[in-house]
Amino acid sequence: MEVRLEGLTKQFDETVAVDNLTVTLESGKLIGLLGPSGCGKSTTLYMISGLLKPTKGRIYFDDDDVTDLAPEKRGIGLVFQNYALYPHMTVLQNILFPLENLRINRKEALARAVEMAELVGIKELFDRKPAQLSGGQQQRVAIARALVKKPRVLLLDEPLSNLDARLRLQTREEIKRIQREVGITTIFVTHDQEEAMSISDEIIVMNKGVLQQKGAPQHVYNHPINLFVSKFLGNPPINTFEGSIKNGKIYVGDVELGVTKFKDQDVIIGIRPEDFRVDENGFMVKVDEIDCIGRDTTLHFTLGGEHTRALIPSDSVLGNPEYVHISVKPDKIHLFNTDEAGELVNE
Amino acid sequence: MSKSKVMWKRFRERLAEIRWEVRRRYYIFKENVNKKTAKPKAAVKGLFKKYLVQPFKKYICNPIKNGYVKFTKTKVGGFLHKYIFHPVAYFFNRFVFRPLGQVFNRNFFHAMIYLLPALILLCIFTFYPIINSIILAFYKNYTPVDKMFDGYTLDNFRDIIARPGFVAALRNTAIIVFISVPISVIISLFVAVMLNSIKRLKSFFQTIFFLPYVTNTIAIGLVFSYMFDYRYGLINKALKVLGIAAIHWKDAQASYFNAMTTLMIYIIWGSLAFKILVFTAGLQNIDKQYYDAAKVDGTTRWRIFRRITVPLLSPMIAYITITSLIGSFKTYTTVVAIYGEEGRTAGGKDLRTIVFYVYDYIMGGKALNPGELSRGAAASLILFGIILVFTLIQLYVSKKRVHY
Repeated sequence: MEVRLEGLTKQFDETVAVDNLTVTLESGKLIGLLGPSGCGKSTTLYMISGLLKPTKGRIYFDDDDVTDLAPEKRGIGLVFQNYALYPHMTVLQNILFPLENLRINRKEALARAVEMAELVGIKELFDRKPAQLSGGQQQRVAIARALVKKPRVLLLDEPLSNLDARLRLQTREEIKRIQREVGITTIFVTHDQEEAMSISDEIIVMNKGVLQQKGAPQHVYNHPINLFVSKFLGNPPINTFEGSIKNGKIYVGDVELGVTKFKDQDVIIGIRPEDFRVDENGFMVKVDEIDCIGRDTTLHFTLGGEHTRALIPSDSVLGNPEYVHISVKPDKIHLFNTDEAGELVNE
Repeated sequence: MSKSKVMWKRFRERLAEIRWEVRRRYYIFKENVNKKTAKPKAAVKGLFKKYLVQPFKKYICNPIKNGYVKFTKTKVGGFLHKYIFHPVAYFFNRFVFRPLGQVFNRNFFHAMIYLLPALILLCIFTFYPIINSIILAFYKNYTPVDKMFDGYTLDNFRDIIARPGFVAALRNTAIIVFISVPISVIISLFVAVMLNSIKRLKSFFQTIFFLPYVTNTIAIGLVFSYMFDYRYGLINKALKVLGIAAIHWKDAQASYFNAMTTLMIYIIWGSLAFKILVFTAGLQNIDKQYYDAAKVDGTTRWRIFRRITVPLLSPMIAYITITSLIGSFKTYTTVVAIYGEEGRTAGGKDLRTIVFYVYDYIMGGKALNPGELSRGAAASLILFGIILVFTLIQLYVSKKRVHY
């Protein structure tokens, strides 16, 4: 089911948590709400769930306006950040709890609980209490509890933040698998760009309550529309320089990086570390440091007064050279305006 | 030179030596004071060690030790040392002195300094009376005047159970315990949940509900006495407005049921405050996310209360139930506050509790009669037994039903 937000705004006293958010979340996709802490992504999620009332704007599920509907009438499943499993109930009772509220008869409820437990792989844990489960298992129980009433939308609040690093990788695949099997529209909130990029079909990048960019993870990564998005995605982070365009050529200080069709102006240049390449015809840089880690080598050098990282294949440099000739892959230079918004240069 | 003169000379030399030593140390000390590195305690300790401890070891300990070593070198001495003295000394060292030292170490004495005031008071006013009353309950014909008794017996227990007032006291106590405790726990639970859910004026209402706790029981009792008065009481006036005939709540014509109801209302109202306070504190500790989760699942308010609030609050509920159960078994002041020291209505309806019954034996100089004090002690032992049994039952039940 499609979720549509129109002009959604939430104001807490003085601060505006979400500012005029208009976005459509396509049916059946796994969508990541991504942004730094306090950017309003959790607030957006809770507004979709109905636990928070928006100050302004409407929320539509397909064509139904659900803005004024109570949470239980919206048909959503919500998994909380710390799972909120009832500590006094067993796993089975926890999963059955939403069904008891719907007054579904015991036999059918049990069948559905078993079905869900099999889906998330926790059937053998039915008689345990939440305190006896590991973080990952609690997570799965919480997902089962959210899914058991067959919601139209599944909402996950920071699903992986309470898990350790290894479990996080595993659980991330698990969430993806469950979403594929159920085919439910799933929205999850995260501040970890790697997490969002790796599992979502679509990511929505937010900052300070404002939508920055929406799109497929790889597309957003390759074509960030402003400086914030380009800096927020990618590890190691994008290199940025203060540079300028002169006569259709891009300069950082005296170094020419490439050509462009835009008019002469000062710009902020963004180049991802992996978009540098070793090139005999390129410009020469003095290598400050060289880290060789398996397949990739990281070159550290200074360009235009900025510390710069370049990620190149290990076999393209030999030994510990003092100077290296490098260039930038064509069309991989991102040019942003120098103002605060840092939008892409378009003229 | 004679021998005594030599000794005198050596003694004077020794004295001079000590004087010099003291002076030398004094100068070192003074220098250290100037350098601000003085250690007066260490300086005194050094003197103490050199002129008291070391001589003691040298002139008294060592000769004894040497003597003993010499003694063990002999045939008999060696035997005695090997098979008697050494094992005995080892035994005492290992199993007596060392364990004692471990218990009565420096920490023990520090702890004692803090514990002693409370411990002394507890011993005088709690432990001694408890033990004494247990012993007292088994004395035969004990008179406190001359502290004489004719051996030990179980007759005291038989006597009090056979007395006519005992069953009534037991019945009254049971009614108070098993009606007032559940009702007041349930009411206070609801009030606490309501209080927790209101947003404005929350602390104002909390204060209002807590007021009875800081008010004197007897004072409230007097107010209640007036409120339940037949002719002038607020309750009957209110009933009159509603068109209901005035009720004899607590006067001479009052039935046992009415008198008990009055008492019960008073007890329940008085005990609400503390329970509400504890429950409100407990409710604030419950994670709000549980309620959010329940809300998303469309849980009704009643089901949230029954399936989430009550189980998560169950440790508090168990605590409150046990303490108020124990408290209600010992009901006394509340009855006195309304029905006076006699514990009965003007019409002779008996509202005395077990504590009353215990007091009966010792009040008004009755305790001076032979055996009365022992019967009082026996009655209090029975009360103790009843409370113990119910507390154990309660603990057993809560172990199964409480989720910590």
